[in-house]
Amino acid sequence: MNRLTTRFARIAVLLTGALLAQGAQANAGVQLLSFTPDTGNLASAQRGARNYMAYCSGCHSMKYLRYNRLAEDLKIPEDVLKKNLMFTSDKVGDPIKVAMPAASEQWFGRVPPDLSLESRARGPSWIYTYLKSFYIDESRPLGVNNTVLVGASMPHVLWELQGWQKKAEHKAEGEHAEAAGGHHEGSPFELVTKGSLTPKEYDEFVADTVNFMDYAAEPGKAGRISLGFKVLMYLFGLLVLTYFLKKEFWRDVH
Amino acid sequence: MSNEGVDGSRRRFLTTATSVVGAAGAAGAAWPFLASLKPSARARALGAPVIADISTLEPGMRATYLWRGQPIWVVRRTPEMLASLDAVKGDLLDPESKAPQQPAYITDKSRAIKPEFMVMKGVCTHLGCSPTMRADHPAPEIAPNWQGGFFCPCHGSKFDLAGRVYKGVPAPSNIVIPPHRYDGDTVLVIGEDPKTA
Amino acid sequence: MAITPNPYKTTGTLGWIDDRFPLTKMWKDHLAEYYAPKNFNFWYFFGSLALLVLVNQLLTGIFLTMHYKPAADMAFDSVEYIMRDVPWGNVIRYMHSTGASAFFVVVFLHMFRGLLYGSYQKPRELIWVFGALIFLVLMAEAFCGYVLPWGNMSYWGASVIINLFGTIPFIGADLVTWIQGDFVPSDATLNRLFSLHVIALPFVLVGLVAAHILALHEVGSNNPDGVEIKKNKDPKTGIPLDGIAFHPYYTVKDMVGVAGFLIIFCGVLFFAPDGGGYFLEAPNFTPASQTNTPEHITPAWYFGTYYAMLRATPSFAGTQIWGVLVMGAAVVILFFVPWLDKSKVKSIRYKGPLSKAALTVFAINFVILNYYGLQPPSGTVTLISQVGTVLYFAFFLLMPWYSKIDKTKPVPERVTA
Repeated sequence: MNRLTTRFARIAVLLTGALLAQGAQANAGVQLLSFTPDTGNLASAQRGARNYMAYCSGCHSMKYLRYNRLAEDLKIPEDVLKKNLMFTSDKVGDPIKVAMPAASEQWFGRVPPDLSLESRARGPSWIYTYLKSFYIDESRPLGVNNTVLVGASMPHVLWELQGWQKKAEHKAEGEHAEAAGGHHEGSPFELVTKGSLTPKEYDEFVADTVNFMDYAAEPGKAGRISLGFKVLMYLFGLLVLTYFLKKEFWRDVH
Repeated sequence: MSNEGVDGSRRRFLTTATSVVGAAGAAGAAWPFLASLKPSARARALGAPVIADISTLEPGMRATYLWRGQPIWVVRRTPEMLASLDAVKGDLLDPESKAPQQPAYITDKSRAIKPEFMVMKGVCTHLGCSPTMRADHPAPEIAPNWQGGFFCPCHGSKFDLAGRVYKGVPAPSNIVIPPHRYDGDTVLVIGEDPKTA
Repeated sequence: MAITPNPYKTTGTLGWIDDRFPLTKMWKDHLAEYYAPKNFNFWYFFGSLALLVLVNQLLTGIFLTMHYKPAADMAFDSVEYIMRDVPWGNVIRYMHSTGASAFFVVVFLHMFRGLLYGSYQKPRELIWVFGALIFLVLMAEAFCGYVLPWGNMSYWGASVIINLFGTIPFIGADLVTWIQGDFVPSDATLNRLFSLHVIALPFVLVGLVAAHILALHEVGSNNPDGVEIKKNKDPKTGIPLDGIAFHPYYTVKDMVGVAGFLIIFCGVLFFAPDGGGYFLEAPNFTPASQTNTPEHITPAWYFGTYYAMLRATPSFAGTQIWGVLVMGAAVVILFFVPWLDKSKVKSIRYKGPLSKAALTVFAINFVILNYYGLQPPSGTVTLISQVGTVLYFAFFLLMPWYSKIDKTKPVPERVTA
C-alpha cells in the first residue's frame, strides 16, 4: 500500500508538478529580445563561425558539426578553414570538439554543454538575449551574472568586446521599453566600462554568432528551403494536370 | 453514364501527360531514399586519406595501414627485389599491367610512383582475402621460380613483389593500387591522387 | 489435373496468373468494378490520403531504421546523424515526423466525415469498429515513435504516459516497472518501444487497414446523402444507377486530392518542419536527462484532447486513476457509436436540428479541448477542460436520446447532385 501511495505521489509530481513548471517559463520573467536568424546570409554566418571558433569553441563543442560540412555549406575555402577555424583537429572530416581538458567541470562547476543544437533547443532569441545580458554581480563566484540564465556558471567571455554592464536602476520600465523593440535607450543595463566594440558593433557581433549557431543547429535548413520551392512548383503543376484530367474523365458522369 | 461528347484525344493527352509528370515525380521522390544508402559523411570522414610516414620503414620490410577499412601495404623494395620483377615476367598473367588495376599515373613497370616504395591494397583480387607476404625464396612449394611475393592462403593465388598475378591461379587480375601521393619525400598520403597529376 | 479456366477469359501471362491467383478478380472487385456513389464530396478525400500517409510512414520508417540506433546512449546521436551525415537523411526524417502529424490530421477529418454522414450505421458497423481500432493502434504507434529520438521530451513523455499504468490499484507500481523493464524509462524501455514501433504495431496497423477496406468493399461506400446506392440497380447490368467505377473516376479524383494534400504537406515539411514547436518540440533537441524535466511538458499535439480530459479529472478516494479511466473511456466510447445512434437517417443532411447542434458543438469542443490540453495548467484551463470533457461524453451518451427524438427530413430515393 505504501508503494502505491508513492506511485500516486510520483504521478502527481509528473503530471501536475512538471506542468506547473510550465508557468514559470518565459525565462524567469525576462522578456527575450526577438531575433530572427538570417538563414542563407553566408557572410554573417562566416563571421559568426569565426566568432564562435575564437570565443566559444575553447569550452563548447559542436560535436554534431563536421569542419568540412561547415566549410562546404558556408563556402569557406579549405586553407582558410584550416588556418583560421580549426584549432582542435587537423582532419577536415572531424566534428568540432573542445580544446579544453575534462577538468573543466572543476573550473565552472559543470561541463560546458555542447552547443550543436542550442538554437533549436532554446531558440535564437534566447541565445541573442543571453549573450547581451551579462552584468556585474559581486555575489557570484566569477563576479558576473546573467538575467536570462540566473546563476549561470559561464564567465562573460565577450567582456573585452562588450565591456562591462550593470543592471540599470530603472529596471522595470527599462524592460518594458526593450520588449517593445527599443534598443539601448530602454536597456535594462547600463554600460559602466567600454569594450573594444561599440554597442552597435557588439549587437552585430552577437547577431553573426547566433546566425552561425542557427546554421549549426540545422545545417540542412537552407538546402531544404530551396528544395521546397522546387517541390512546390512541381506539385502546383501536378495539381493543375490532375484537375484537368479529373474534369475530363468526369464528363462521363451525369 | 454515357460516352457522348467524349474527346478521346484530349483524354489520352491528359492521361499521358499526368502519367509522365507523375512518374517523374515518383522518380524524384525515390532519389532521396536511394541516395540515403550511399556512404554517410561519417563513413566518408572515417575513409578520409591516411597519412603515413614511411621514413622509418627498413628495406625489404612491409608496413600495413588501414584506409577505408582495408589493409594498405607499403613495401620498401630492395634493388634485389626490384630485379626479381623481371625474372618472373614469364610466369605472370598481365606482366605489363595492362588491366586498369592501378591509377593512370602509375606508369612505371614496377607499378609504383617511386620504384622503391610499392603501395598496394592488401586484398586478393579473387575473393578478397588478405594474402601473406612471402619474401623468402626459393620456395618450391609455392612456385618453381619463386622470387618472393604474396601468397593467398584462401585459394592459393600468387602475386609477385609488384602485386602482379601469376598465371594459372584463381585470382584474375593484378592487386589493386589505391590512389596515393607523396607529401615531401617520405610522407605518403593514401587515398588522394597527386595534386597535379 | 486440369485447371478450371478463370471466368475473365484472360490469356497469355495474365491468363496464366488468373488461373492460379485472383489478380484480375482483385483488380475488378476493388478498383475497376467497385462501384462507389457518384456524389462523394471533399470529405471523401481523407480515406485515400490516410492510406498515402501510411505508405509514407512505412517507407520513410524503413529507411530511418537503417540508420537509427535504438540504444539509450546512441539514439539521440543517431537521429542527429540522420539529420546531418546521412545523404538526404534530414528530408526523410522530416517526411516521417511531418507524416506523423499529418496522419492524425487526416484521420481526425476522416472520422469526422464518418460522424457527419452516419457512415457507421448498419451495415457499416464493422468498418467503423475497425477504424476505431486503427485509431487506437495509431495512438500507440505514435507514442512509441515519439519516444525514439530519446530527447528530453521523449524521455519525460514516456515517463508520464507509462506512469499512467501506475494508477491501477495494487498492481500499478509493479506493472510500470514491468513495462519499463527497469525502474525508470531506460535503454530496455527504448529498445522494446522500438520493437513495437517498427514491427508489432505497423503489422497490426496494416492488417487492420486491410480489414477496414475489405469490410468497406463488402458492403459498399456510404455517401453524403446516406442513400444505399445498391437499392437502385440497372436491371440489365446490375450496376448501381448512382454508382461509378472507382477506377478511373475516383482514382483521378483522388489524385487531385493527393496533389492538393502534398502541397500543404510539403509546405510544412520544407518550410516549417518544427510545426511551430508542435510537430518537433524544442526540448527534444536536448538529450534525455533523468534529472531535468523540461519546463514545458505537453504531449504531442494530437493527444491534446485526451490529455485535457486526463488533467480535468480530479483525483478522489486517494487515487488518480479516474483521469486515466476517463481518458480511456473517451476512446473506447467511439467503438459504440454505431449502436448509440438511433436515428432513422444516416446523413446529417436529413437529420434534425438536435443532431446538427450536437455534432457542431462536439467538433468545436474537440478543438477547444485539444488547445487547452496543450496549455499550462491553471484554474481556467482546468475549468474549461472539465466542461469540455462533460460535453465530449454528452455527445455520445445522449446520442440514443437526441438522435431518436430529433426530427428528420425525408431521404431521397437517389443521391442528389
